Amino acid sequence: MLTFVAGKAAGDGRLAACAPQISFGATRRLRITGVKRENFLRSRPDVGYNRPMLQTARPKKKSQPKAPVHEKYIEAFRWILLTRTFEEKLASMYRGGRITGGVYVGKGQEAVSVACGIFLQKGDIFAPLIRDQAGRSAFGEPLVDVARTYFGSRTGPMRGRDGNIHRGSPRDGQLAMISHLGAMVSVVVGSLMAKRGRGEKNFIGLTTIGEGGMQTGASHEGMNIAAVEHVPLVVVATNNHYAYSTPNDREFACANLVDRARGYGFEGYELDGTDLAQCLDVIGTAVKRARAGRPPQLVVASILRLAGHGEHDDFSYVTDDIRKEPFAIDCLQRADAFIKERELADAGTLQRWREEAAEEVENAFSAAQKEPVPTGEEEDWCAISTRDLVDAIE
Amino acid sequence: MSITYLEAIREAQAKLLRDDKRVFIYGQDVGGSFGGAFKATKGLAKEFPGRVLNTPISEDAMVGTAIGAALEGMRPIVEMQFADFSSIALNQILNNAGTHYWRTNIPVPITVRLPSGGTKGSGPFHSQSMESLYAHYPGLIVMTPATVEDAYTMLIDAVAIDDPVVYCEHKYLYYHLKADNLPNDRMAVGKARIARTGRDLTIVSYSAMLHESLSAAEEIAKEGFEIEVVDLRTVKPLDTATVLASVARTGRLLAVGESFPWGGVTAEVIARVSTEGFHLLDAAPARVNAKDTPIPYHPNLWSTHRPSAKLIATKARQLLRE
Repeated sequence: MLTFVAGKAAGDGRLAACAPQISFGATRRLRITGVKRENFLRSRPDVGYNRPMLQTARPKKKSQPKAPVHEKYIEAFRWILLTRTFEEKLASMYRGGRITGGVYVGKGQEAVSVACGIFLQKGDIFAPLIRDQAGRSAFGEPLVDVARTYFGSRTGPMRGRDGNIHRGSPRDGQLAMISHLGAMVSVVVGSLMAKRGRGEKNFIGLTTIGEGGMQTGASHEGMNIAAVEHVPLVVVATNNHYAYSTPNDREFACANLVDRARGYGFEGYELDGTDLAQCLDVIGTAVKRARAGRPPQLVVASILRLAGHGEHDDFSYVTDDIRKEPFAIDCLQRADAFIKERELADAGTLQRWREEAAEEVENAFSAAQKEPVPTGEEEDWCAISTRDLVDAIE
Repeated sequence: MSITYLEAIREAQAKLLRDDKRVFIYGQDVGGSFGGAFKATKGLAKEFPGRVLNTPISEDAMVGTAIGAALEGMRPIVEMQFADFSSIALNQILNNAGTHYWRTNIPVPITVRLPSGGTKGSGPFHSQSMESLYAHYPGLIVMTPATVEDAYTMLIDAVAIDDPVVYCEHKYLYYHLKADNLPNDRMAVGKARIARTGRDLTIVSYSAMLHESLSAAEEIAKEGFEIEVVDLRTVKPLDTATVLASVARTGRLLAVGESFPWGGVTAEVIARVSTEGFHLLDAAPARVNAKDTPIPYHPNLWSTHRPSAKLIATKARQLLRE
């Protein structure tokens, strides 16, 4: 028996059928947190990480009826493909010494991330973190801006003043993260309060965090204040089982991170982040519920980070045992297999999508590479916009 | 009629709320009928419903929320209950608000009010002056009003400025300082003021220390020396030109501040005068700060820890002898 929050029998696509009909009454299918979980191992010192917070879906028996595929499944898959292709190229450029600073990829987390971006609309606020390329792209960030930021192009959104994943376009609703984890949660809360104050309707905010970032004071303050202000916020937390190199059992001691939802006054769900269908179902539903005026939503996804913290990190601390866990499955491979199994696309189409992704990536990098980089002499060394209040220090 | 420094801060906020729909006040205990730990927002929640909001004890989230609202066009004023607690919000103020314009070309118009400085019996965690710390980081304006008039006009200016402003209001001045009326005119932000003219020595000061410096100047005037006292008003930007012009007249410099001695505003004033106006000095510049210990509780210790008019006068006499 599975303990999916999405329902006992949930598997690929299971909730796609019912998501549009979600009711907020007694028949709702998503488990709201607070149900007591039995037989849960808090930690296993011999393993070095907490047992997975949920079991990954086993292959379904052939006799089970196939649920309809989520309407955004293919679109989401193609964003994942694009992201993976882009980040593989990025990593290879880093290894070739062509990128300064760090490269941070979302390998293994793309299914969760794409579901964070794909349901957002103009007028929404998205505050992504470091492994959210798929979500950023799905919400409209041009790929060339990513390449520009990594190259430090003067034309890019950060103009060489900040790099890699520290980028955004606040005027388009994509906030520019700072490195200090949890800091963006309350920023989204404030943006949502302002929108509400202006009389805007039907907007939400979504921010992402990891199980590592959930342990900061800022994260706690931000989630608490979100519930106090009752803003339409979705927090998607991905437990990738390591805060840099530190495993779960040195990160937190609660039985299950999703239980914090009740503590904050959020509604909470957990999901298998390797399963794109479930990511779309659960996060899509959380977005819908936030839009409908429910309390803030917490989604906790379980995955294994399939790369280092950054490309400088060989992630040798990831044990063989944890690599065998169900949550260590690559979401892209799983989605690829699902598409083939359900015959959503033939081999030729899949190949064409890969080629188109490669071409788009190539175009983004080659365009950004041609652009001028900043120079110290020409830079406008001014940290405030009010020019007559610049401190005239020598 | 007379109005105190604290009432001026309240009146400025009332005016801001009245004149500008984008303004709201966010802080601990500022709302309801309570009106803040020092009553700087008394009555405002009733007069402006939904715009003077109590927050949880979450300094980081208070400022984070203000940043988010500012990015969406609001002009939030965050009240820290005490300046000391803004240390919890340092990350949001310095790393988020302070870097945002530089990084994204979009400024963050928030005003963070810090009830600052020592009062009798307040001890290590309700007495700090943090202007030096905030001034050290790029991207912020740091105001330190020393008069009722400045408390009023500079808070209105702070909210109008598109960049983040740390507004250090001095608790010692809340009730001690009175003016006859609210001002009609204002001095430009970023300009220092000559609070007292003189010819023998320049004291550069700000906030509550301005008044200790003025007392010291009056004391020394009896001995035949005329001390010029400069009120910086904002410590960032620092009006070096006015300071240098004063030192050009007097040839001697004493910098006075209430914050801790290592680095800081007084060190900055001396560094600038020494590098840009060394030829103007007839004696080595000097400074007076609080002691390099946490701020003590007992009034006997506190009054020694904090620079007093007596200590400033002693230091000034030494300088005048050189």
